[in-house]
Amino acid sequence: MTETPLLHTPLHELHLRLGARMVPFAGYAMPVQYPAGLMAEHKHCREAAALFDVSHMGQVRLVGADAAAALEHLVPVDVVDLGVGRQRYAFFTNASGGLLDDLMIVRPDPAAAGATFGDLFLVVNAGCKDADLRHMQTSIGHRCAVVPMPERALLALQGPQAVKALARLNGGVAQLVFMSGGMFDLAGAACFVTRSGYTGEDGFEISVPAEQATALAEALLAQPEVRPAGLGARDTLRLEAGLCLYGHDIDATTTPVEAGLTWAIQRVRRPGGARAGAYPGAAVIESQLAGAAPRKRVGLVGLERVPVREGTALFDAHGHKLGTVTSGTLAPSVDQPIAMAYLPADHARPQHEVYAEVRGKRLPMRVTTMPFHPHRYQR
Amino acid sequence: MTTMYTPDHEWINIEDHEAAVVGITHHAQEALGDVVFVELPEVGRTYKKGEVAGVVESVKAAADLYMPVGGEIIEVNEALRADPSLANTDPLGNGWFFTVHVTDMAEFDQLMDPPAYDALLKTL
Repeated sequence: MTETPLLHTPLHELHLRLGARMVPFAGYAMPVQYPAGLMAEHKHCREAAALFDVSHMGQVRLVGADAAAALEHLVPVDVVDLGVGRQRYAFFTNASGGLLDDLMIVRPDPAAAGATFGDLFLVVNAGCKDADLRHMQTSIGHRCAVVPMPERALLALQGPQAVKALARLNGGVAQLVFMSGGMFDLAGAACFVTRSGYTGEDGFEISVPAEQATALAEALLAQPEVRPAGLGARDTLRLEAGLCLYGHDIDATTTPVEAGLTWAIQRVRRPGGARAGAYPGAAVIESQLAGAAPRKRVGLVGLERVPVREGTALFDAHGHKLGTVTSGTLAPSVDQPIAMAYLPADHARPQHEVYAEVRGKRLPMRVTTMPFHPHRYQR
Repeated sequence: MTTMYTPDHEWINIEDHEAAVVGITHHAQEALGDVVFVELPEVGRTYKKGEVAGVVESVKAAADLYMPVGGEIIEVNEALRADPSLANTDPLGNGWFFTVHVTDMAEFDQLMDPPAYDALLKTL
């Protein structure tokens, strides 16, 4: 196997200066943790504010009056009615109803942000961005311009004190509510800020020009509430928040119904709605919406204090295999083993017990509602 | 030399020949990160050198614990089981894993002495 050199985000030098441990992730050298360590970084995010570099993610703008209607051909989500400054979670589906990627869509104010962020501004997963771009170019490239934005970095400032810290740089951000966004000047940089994130906490995601990213990150780290956090903490935070990691908890073989993501399919895109169907896999997803999916993504809590990790097989009381864990760890804030898995519908009800096979032992786990740790969004 | 090291970043101290103490090195605990769970070997059971005798897990990763030498397990560190973070805060002291009655001292003598282990760390 030939090794391709890892890409660097605009914050690479800063990570090294901060003493981060860098690991390969989706083709990038990324900080998995800083000297404080995963556990301290996780807890700091729950208690104060953590700064994450998520510049490896794909930022894309769609340009053209027809962009929203075009994008609706690829996602079962209401994009056309998305208000100015509003943000929405979505996913690209394939012909069998599986998920190609999940993404965030925001409609920037055309007057303030249109030139840079287009008619729709998307953030997609790092590992999927090349495929997503090809998919959009091929499928809707004739209806709107699909423009990748590698010239911008992406920071996430997350935690109950994120607003206090960020508002010191620009008081206007405090006016944003969960899943909304707009243009803000931060440390001299023209940024697109949304009030959203991947930790379950209140917080912001900030698109900043690459050459100004380090100065902004340093300005944020200079705030007393803020400490850096790596991908390790990002993963445990999102898992406690019950949020899916693409390629693990959702992929091309899982449908949004199986994954429990039907809340993201608005009524207007469902059977009987004004713009129902007309996205890849609509027949499969509609039939699962009407009936029931054969399997469901569930949350599991371990009854014994042993971490249960991705790939662990799950069994019923009679030893029949039921499914596999898709994400799992000993959760720092919940302080218990937690996991996500797909289970047959008749085993997916809360309080149901299944058994995880870890090193030859069968450990009891209980199906539970998610999130494992309550969301604290600013609505 | 009473403390020797393995390429798997474990240490073994043989001051007490009847019950040599085994733990993981500073490098191992640092590489693993916050240790949240340990599985310790069975007291009274005899393991061969290189056999998996336990597990040490951080939030992020799990690593097997290998027997540095063959022998019978005399005692396991219950304090570590109750507070796995001892493996991070005091890996060479209170964070020990188990004690073992070494079957064959030749296996101990073949392990890395401190200069050899330091040399290994420099290559990482």
